[in-house]
Amino acid sequence: MSTNVDAIVIGAGIHGCSTTLHLCLAGMKPVLIEKDYAGRHASGVNAGGVRQLARHVPEIPLSIRSMGIWEKITDLVDDDCSFESNGQVLVAENEDELVACRARVAELNALGFTHEELIDAAELRRLVPAVAETCPGGVVSRRDGAANPAQTTTAFRRKAEQLGATVREGVAASNIRYNDGLWHVDAGSESFAAPVLVNAAGAWAGKIAADLGEPVPVETVAPMLMITSRVPHFIDPVVILRGRKLSFKQFKNGTVLIGGGHLATPYQDRNETVLDWKSLATSAQTVFELFPVMRGATIVRAWAGIEAKMKDDIPVFGPSSRHKGLYHQFGFSLHGFQLGPGAGAVMAELIVNGGTQTRVSDLGIDRFHPSTL
Amino acid sequence: MSVAPKRENYDVVVIGAGPAGLAAAATSAEAGLSTLLLDENIGPGGQVFRAISSTPVTERNQLGADYWVGADLVQSLRASNAEVIQRATVWSLDRNLDIAVSIGGASAFVKAKRVILATGALERPFPIPGWTLPGVMTAGAAQTMLKSSGLVPDGRTVIAGQGPLLWLLAAQILRLGGRIDRILDTTQRGNYFAALPHAFAFLTSPYFAKGLSMMREVKAKVQVVSGVTELAASGDGQLASVSYVAGSKRETIPADLLLLHQGVVPNVNLAMSAGIEHRWDDLQLCWSPVLDASGNSSVAGIAIAGDGAGIGGANAAVVRGRIAARAAVEALAPAAAAKLPAMATLRSDLAKAERGRVFLDTLFRPAPQFRIPSGDTIVCRCEEVTAKGVLDSVAIGATGPNQLKAYRRTGMGPCQGRLCGLTVTELMAQARGKTPQEIGYYRLRAPVKPITLAELAAVPKSEADVKAVVRG
Repeated sequence: MSTNVDAIVIGAGIHGCSTTLHLCLAGMKPVLIEKDYAGRHASGVNAGGVRQLARHVPEIPLSIRSMGIWEKITDLVDDDCSFESNGQVLVAENEDELVACRARVAELNALGFTHEELIDAAELRRLVPAVAETCPGGVVSRRDGAANPAQTTTAFRRKAEQLGATVREGVAASNIRYNDGLWHVDAGSESFAAPVLVNAAGAWAGKIAADLGEPVPVETVAPMLMITSRVPHFIDPVVILRGRKLSFKQFKNGTVLIGGGHLATPYQDRNETVLDWKSLATSAQTVFELFPVMRGATIVRAWAGIEAKMKDDIPVFGPSSRHKGLYHQFGFSLHGFQLGPGAGAVMAELIVNGGTQTRVSDLGIDRFHPSTL
Repeated sequence: MSVAPKRENYDVVVIGAGPAGLAAAATSAEAGLSTLLLDENIGPGGQVFRAISSTPVTERNQLGADYWVGADLVQSLRASNAEVIQRATVWSLDRNLDIAVSIGGASAFVKAKRVILATGALERPFPIPGWTLPGVMTAGAAQTMLKSSGLVPDGRTVIAGQGPLLWLLAAQILRLGGRIDRILDTTQRGNYFAALPHAFAFLTSPYFAKGLSMMREVKAKVQVVSGVTELAASGDGQLASVSYVAGSKRETIPADLLLLHQGVVPNVNLAMSAGIEHRWDDLQLCWSPVLDASGNSSVAGIAIAGDGAGIGGANAAVVRGRIAARAAVEALAPAAAAKLPAMATLRSDLAKAERGRVFLDTLFRPAPQFRIPSGDTIVCRCEEVTAKGVLDSVAIGATGPNQLKAYRRTGMGPCQGRLCGLTVTELMAQARGKTPQEIGYYRLRAPVKPITLAELAAVPKSEADVKAVVRG
């Protein structure tokens, strides 16, 4: 016996939770199936950057849409998600990098995007007083900021359930099949059927797509992060470097999160990652050079979350090119957290209305498989 | 003086120089395997034989004959070819048997064919109201000062809790001329009956006579209150008094120092961070690694010996160390195993050393009210999270210790759950009507002990990373 619902969402990361929540807001009754628990992987353990800065052009409209939701996040999920908006700053460490920054901002302006703003050395120093004297400038996106990823994903999950979603955690979606106009998915001893299936399974989504005849060039990665003991407050915005792999953020409690995309080795089947300390040492050295105030801080913990990275670094987002009622939402390639709230809203529009005002057409799976529908 | 490891690769790396680690390293090195023993303290011995090579306490009777057994273990280690590095803090171990170790402020990486974890035990958290006040400390911390510096309390001192170590510490303090005003014994009365069926094994174990004479020695000099069912420390920024209930009587006594102890539990941080599977032990009320008869864990190449394998005491730890080392020798140099004591002999030694353990575990199984706090009692000291705070989060959806991090910062501070982990698991299990096994534990990650950013920045980088940086 299967339970009939309006939609089946696989994966309770920020994307699956957000889509489930927005489907509820549109009056649907979805089920959300998660093999572990909401936010167990990348969505709960990423750097929490809420960033429009330095994005690939095809995903900027979705990012801007999402930013509007972030700024009213409490209205949506009854939780502030620890969202704070102190801007994100991209630091150019030399003149060559500043030239590249200038070209980037000009390119965006030509396309009509104004969220990135070129800054000189004086403004950089004003925004990030601790930055090394030699840095000539950079780019700021002033509305950007950061949030607590575990708190955020949990809040989306909780609100979706309050609005009527069925949430199943600790059971893997299996035996996915389509017949008589309905998608059927098993979850433990239960079975669900719905006209709509959303594949938001993160690092596990590529296999689901491939099993349904839509393989895409995707790999599983595990970007590493580390957090320090508390140090006196010295920085407000999130800082990323133009030329080196580093992102940097100080929380209200004084702890500092250091990231930047160095990768651990993922053991996806075991939900495990093995850290690469020699790479983390590179990040530590960069921080050591740029922020002398950090030299005495201690590293309290390091970790990595498992996620999907596309070969072209752009997510797979939108309807299947092969199957009616199937939608993909994965492959966010180390920068999906900020997109979550907006992507859920847009996905619900695609499902409920069959279209959206937000330009997402460059993100479709049809860039790999011409549509046969 | 700090010395970096002489090589990058070893046959066997032993972590921890307590009874298990000393025995394991000596056995492995005697069989000709290249062996490195890494230990965090300034000298070998672990907690049981702390400062065995340097203690200022020379009157052997004061620390007891069992303590001096450690000297023989150190002797045989020194006679072997094992490389020993003290003040060496292992801060990362992974399933590839890559080890990161901090020695004198600089980190080095070594790789092993086999790792024997002998990281011992920690004192069980004792979260009563006021346990975070200055003036309240663990019995273990007091014992550390006693062994390494000969320091004993001289103010008004109360010892509260239960277990063999509590009586040992009390006896050691008294022999060294220290002051104890009262001992508050929290052993549950019902435990005496529960333990009775296991009493025969205990009566024939070496613990029995020793334990009895130690308790008699202490009771002759100190007022002991048994059957204590409630306990609280109070004071304004500093411990001033201890109140307790025994029978129907509530009493408050002034105190300058309160020493708390309700047994020890395996120190799981390094093992769990390496991905080793643990199960909840409902008798010992703690997480214990899943091990085979030779101490091999779920991660290929890593064995665990000593109290980290499940609390068994010092005698069992020594034998477990020898067993784990013999298994490593059998795997890496089978021919050399012949000159070591036979596995069957070691296993029978272990059975002997473990006699009476079930009795002790049953008798000294701590009462729920001393493990699972309520109200404003602090659970997580690093982030100052109360029991009520945890329960409020459970009420709105937190299902386990890792999920709780989305609501509170429990376990995310410098101690990484050492002081709150068991409490959080049991508190959440009780609140949700689940077993601790179902609730689970924090996912632990390296660094298992904090290292400075400067130290990490200084380690040698891999070739690929150096290139990545240049390329940008």
